[in-house]
Amino acid sequence: MSNPVTRGLKFREPLIFEMSTPGRYAHSLPASASSAPGKVNLPAGFVRDEAPLWPEVSELEAVRHFVRLSQQNYGIDVGFVPLGSCTMKYNPKINEEVARMDGFAGLHPLAPESWIQGALELYWTLERYLAEITGFDCVTLQPAAGAQGEFTALAMFRSRLIARDGNPRKTVLIPDTAHGTNPATCAMNGYKTIPIASTANGTVDPAAIAAAMTEDVAGIMVTNPNTLGLFESDITQIAELVHAKGGFVYCDGANMNSLLGRARPGDMGVDAMHLNLHKTFSTPHGGGGPGSGPVCAVSELEPHLPTPRVVKTDDGYTFDHDRPESVGRVKAFFGNFGMHVRAYTYIRELGCEGLKDATDMAVLNANYVRVRLRDHYHVPFDRTCMHEVVLTDKHQRKATGVQTRDIAKGLIDRGFHPPTMYFPICVPNAIMIEPTESESLQTLDTFIDAMIDVDETARRDPQAILDAPTKTIVGRLDETRAIRKPILRWHPEAGEDV
Amino acid sequence: MAEVKNDLSYTADHEWAQTGDDGVVTVGITDFAQAQLGDVVMVELPEVGDTVDKGDAFGTVESPKSVSDLYAPFSGEIVAINERLEDEPELVNASPYGDGWIVKLKVTGDAEGLLDADAYRAHLEAEDH
Repeated sequence: MSNPVTRGLKFREPLIFEMSTPGRYAHSLPASASSAPGKVNLPAGFVRDEAPLWPEVSELEAVRHFVRLSQQNYGIDVGFVPLGSCTMKYNPKINEEVARMDGFAGLHPLAPESWIQGALELYWTLERYLAEITGFDCVTLQPAAGAQGEFTALAMFRSRLIARDGNPRKTVLIPDTAHGTNPATCAMNGYKTIPIASTANGTVDPAAIAAAMTEDVAGIMVTNPNTLGLFESDITQIAELVHAKGGFVYCDGANMNSLLGRARPGDMGVDAMHLNLHKTFSTPHGGGGPGSGPVCAVSELEPHLPTPRVVKTDDGYTFDHDRPESVGRVKAFFGNFGMHVRAYTYIRELGCEGLKDATDMAVLNANYVRVRLRDHYHVPFDRTCMHEVVLTDKHQRKATGVQTRDIAKGLIDRGFHPPTMYFPICVPNAIMIEPTESESLQTLDTFIDAMIDVDETARRDPQAILDAPTKTIVGRLDETRAIRKPILRWHPEAGEDV
Repeated sequence: MAEVKNDLSYTADHEWAQTGDDGVVTVGITDFAQAQLGDVVMVELPEVGDTVDKGDAFGTVESPKSVSDLYAPFSGEIVAINERLEDEPELVNASPYGDGWIVKLKVTGDAEGLLDADAYRAHLEAEDH
């Protein structure tokens, strides 16, 4: 095989199947396994005649293959990830240390209550912290992610409406600046959605809510601050309008990183919201670990929270399964407990003042990016934003033909993960940047300089940006063909067909 | 500049509609819309016989950039879908006003309220894309 080196010591790694050499192996089974007599006792038709076509590689080849692949990863421990709406903040290592303590990591989910009092105390206490931070009466930690939290909360609205009125109602209002999962949440709960267009100011107009709100409407799902990074300053009035017709107000808490310690949705008339512990409370995202989407709610909805509940008694903590009005269990056992430990650690490490500082820095950083970039990029809503800012490619597209996608690719060549692209969809060709509080002034300046360099290069030599990325192991991919003609497996014999 | 055909009606959501002699309306997305989306990789179609209310989302158009809902320009019944789009979604890019049509709708309610070509051109100008 040819040397796979393409960029100095960065490797364009083949599939492990392509590295296979017949007869090579890395295993060393105990003698008892290879000399075991007799046949495997399986029904006819379930025993294969030939060995599977597994790659035949040495241990060193396997180790190098996977280490090289791991080196192609990009994450927050490698560099800045300015993905708007994702809150890619640093995940402090102390979270990991605490989560790995034997008393947490070694727990069995079926262990008797008397053995797990410490874990239950953390669980109960974290619920109280989150209730205090958001201004609500009760919290469930069960949902495994934001979308499941939304689903749980809307199921609670539905249960409550049936219990109160005998009628779950038919529709839910969703502003066009809300999160993309919200309509799916409605569909999963049997509601049709009514889209509400935002104003030229980028926020929801109470008059539009007043016009749309009827007694067929179960409630509204609003994201605050919204996906433009703007605070819905009429939220209290919107909540009053919805309540006046007997509906409930849901707040998508994905953007809570701009409010923590400074404002509480529970004080704004919201009835339920979810939190993304993997955003706001510094637990890992995606491949770094499972998510967690607790739901916070007002006391009227408390009977409908998922079961079981952890309750505190004179004899310690215990599970309450006797919840006849509950929407039921939404997640096996108690949710992703390892994430609860990390979020608890984060809150305890920062404390009240630390949480406020983090919020202030997140908002300051986003506004710093906005102000420094506004002479180079179109800012559709150029006013004080919260924790994220939305730009577009309008100036570049008109003058040079360079578009949002090209700007993203140009950033990769300059050593940065791209921002969120083409979202929110109410802004054509959006470029959405969320720096979080984690990044230093130096990192932000380097990033901003890279954005400015992309703009200046586009004006001088647009082709250089249209060809980007050129410094990566793999150049620009054909995204259209990847979707239209995906090839999802490797065929050892028919290589020419792929 | 995106092509706007004079003999079609338009919605503010960048769909076009053409009423045939039999009163059946053909619906597609405009040249502007297909250019904004980029390469269309999937069109999710309703089923023949489905009924839709004006403004209802009846399908989606997907590109590597985003997924956009298709909104019914009128209330009515779906009487035909462009089955070619299942295997050839790129027709929406190549021929948005021709082979890339999306559905045919038998209008049951009010068939008014769309933009004419000049009004749609003004709408594109106003949005300043």
